[in-house]
Amino acid sequence: MSNLIVPVKNLEWQKYQKEIANDHYYLARSCIRQNVFPAAEDIFMKILREELGKDIFDDPAQTTCTGIAYHSGLIPFETTMTVVARQFSLMQDAGYENFVCSCVTSFGIYSEVIETWHHFPETLAKTREQLLKSTGRVFEIPKNVVHASDLIFKFREELSKKLKYRLVNKETGKPLKVVDHIGCHYAKIFPEKGIGGAEYPYVLAGLTDEFGGEQVNYPERRHCCGFGFRQYLLKENRGYSVTNSKIKFDSMKPYKPDLIIGNCPGCTFFLDRWQYVIAEMEGITYGEGGFGIPSLTYEEITALLLGYNPWDIGLQVHQVAVEPLLDKIGIEYVKSEKYLGLNGEDIGEPQKPKVLMQ
Amino acid sequence: MYKKTLYDSLKEDIRYQEGLKACINCGTCTAICPAAGVSDYDPREVVDIVQSGSEDDLRKLLSSDTIWRCGECLSCKTRCPRSNTPAYIIQALRALSIESGLFRESHQGRMQRDIMRTMSDHMLEYGYCVYFDGIDTEKFPEQGPVWDWIKENKEKVLERLGCSYKQDRAGSLRAIPKSSLDDLKAIFKETGAMARFKKLEEL
Repeated sequence: MSNLIVPVKNLEWQKYQKEIANDHYYLARSCIRQNVFPAAEDIFMKILREELGKDIFDDPAQTTCTGIAYHSGLIPFETTMTVVARQFSLMQDAGYENFVCSCVTSFGIYSEVIETWHHFPETLAKTREQLLKSTGRVFEIPKNVVHASDLIFKFREELSKKLKYRLVNKETGKPLKVVDHIGCHYAKIFPEKGIGGAEYPYVLAGLTDEFGGEQVNYPERRHCCGFGFRQYLLKENRGYSVTNSKIKFDSMKPYKPDLIIGNCPGCTFFLDRWQYVIAEMEGITYGEGGFGIPSLTYEEITALLLGYNPWDIGLQVHQVAVEPLLDKIGIEYVKSEKYLGLNGEDIGEPQKPKVLMQ
Repeated sequence: MYKKTLYDSLKEDIRYQEGLKACINCGTCTAICPAAGVSDYDPREVVDIVQSGSEDDLRKLLSSDTIWRCGECLSCKTRCPRSNTPAYIIQALRALSIESGLFRESHQGRMQRDIMRTMSDHMLEYGYCVYFDGIDTEKFPEQGPVWDWIKENKEKVLERLGCSYKQDRAGSLRAIPKSSLDDLKAIFKETGAMARFKKLEEL
């Protein structure tokens, strides 16, 4: 039986379909997601294991894929190819064939490396040689390489049946307005590797539709969040990053979105934090009543709708308050527990921003 | 005896080979480029210079801030009607700028050393491109007060969120095993990353 996401009758769209393995995944963690959304990947694995009954392996021996360093011009492509090969070797050792990346930059990296090996076979031979020489390892290319959001998309109907809440305003009964932001490296490099391609990616829009929300189609929908790799890493260049996020916020604001959902850890982070910066520097806020627009990852929003405690899944580490979203959906939560430590220990609270409402 | 030109070196780079097919200078890449909107950067012009074949112009380009302005979003790859990828050409130009030492001629080129010092530490010491311990609101003020709270209470917050912070077990922010870090270092040495770091230190 084919693993294609839906049967395709229109051949023009067939190239934007994607094979996604049904079970048994090796998880490649994201450097950024672990730092800025430290609970997210464990929530993702919990959803796969406990809600869907799938097998996913979390390998302590994996490392960075080096994607950020590569795209910052710091390391040669040969280094990235060989580190990627080592990750594949670890996957092989663990007995897996299906590789799932938590990071969108990583997904782009793995796809780019495999494509390069395909188009320049001499690079594959060289990578094998360099990996063997440096680590004594050998590797095979995975059968299936996907992004983690692809898996949530694949099983969206199954998950939808288990939801305790939906993306619907509890008071009005109307769908929440949802901005989807797809990380550039999900499909802009290789459109055929993303669900729906680069121009009409459906991976998060599909979740929005399935979970009861309404897509916001605003002019700068496909614009980059502005990470820019070295541009963000250099403090003096960081205007690149905030300006590009602001282009998006200004463009989406007239549509009054209730929520931003992202599949890239960097994008989701920037679309959270730059709202704080713009509020503090310019006095501009993009949500209602001086709040921001909550910016959540696909696994966070899925877990939230499944009924998980928002403070167990790490929503307190966002700088934009999520409470307006929780209230609109009607999610039960205890505000006073937001910043408690393990077992209810009082560990104080963050200072409040001067402008952005918390 | 024939002396290898900058062009000879550029043409050897597979990123250049993949990035430049036949540019018609339509400017679609510039229209879509996030960097072009916020800085004096024009990918159409970069490709035009590279395609012109002028060794002098290439040298000037490699010595300029221009090649460091791209944000590597790869939006240009999607939209180019002739399947060029200016961002790939930029990757090849950056590599050659460092290899030839011309990165020293531009401010943005010299700033590569600062990025390298931070990120090489994170990668080789921790095994992550960025790691929690090296992120603070002095360097990254946009992290906001919530980050100060997380850092001040790091063990308790990260434990509350089920992380394996600095633990020898699987999980978020775990301590990556020494054997993995040794592999990473050996790969970096074997594949030229260490040599590139050394070049960047020679300002």
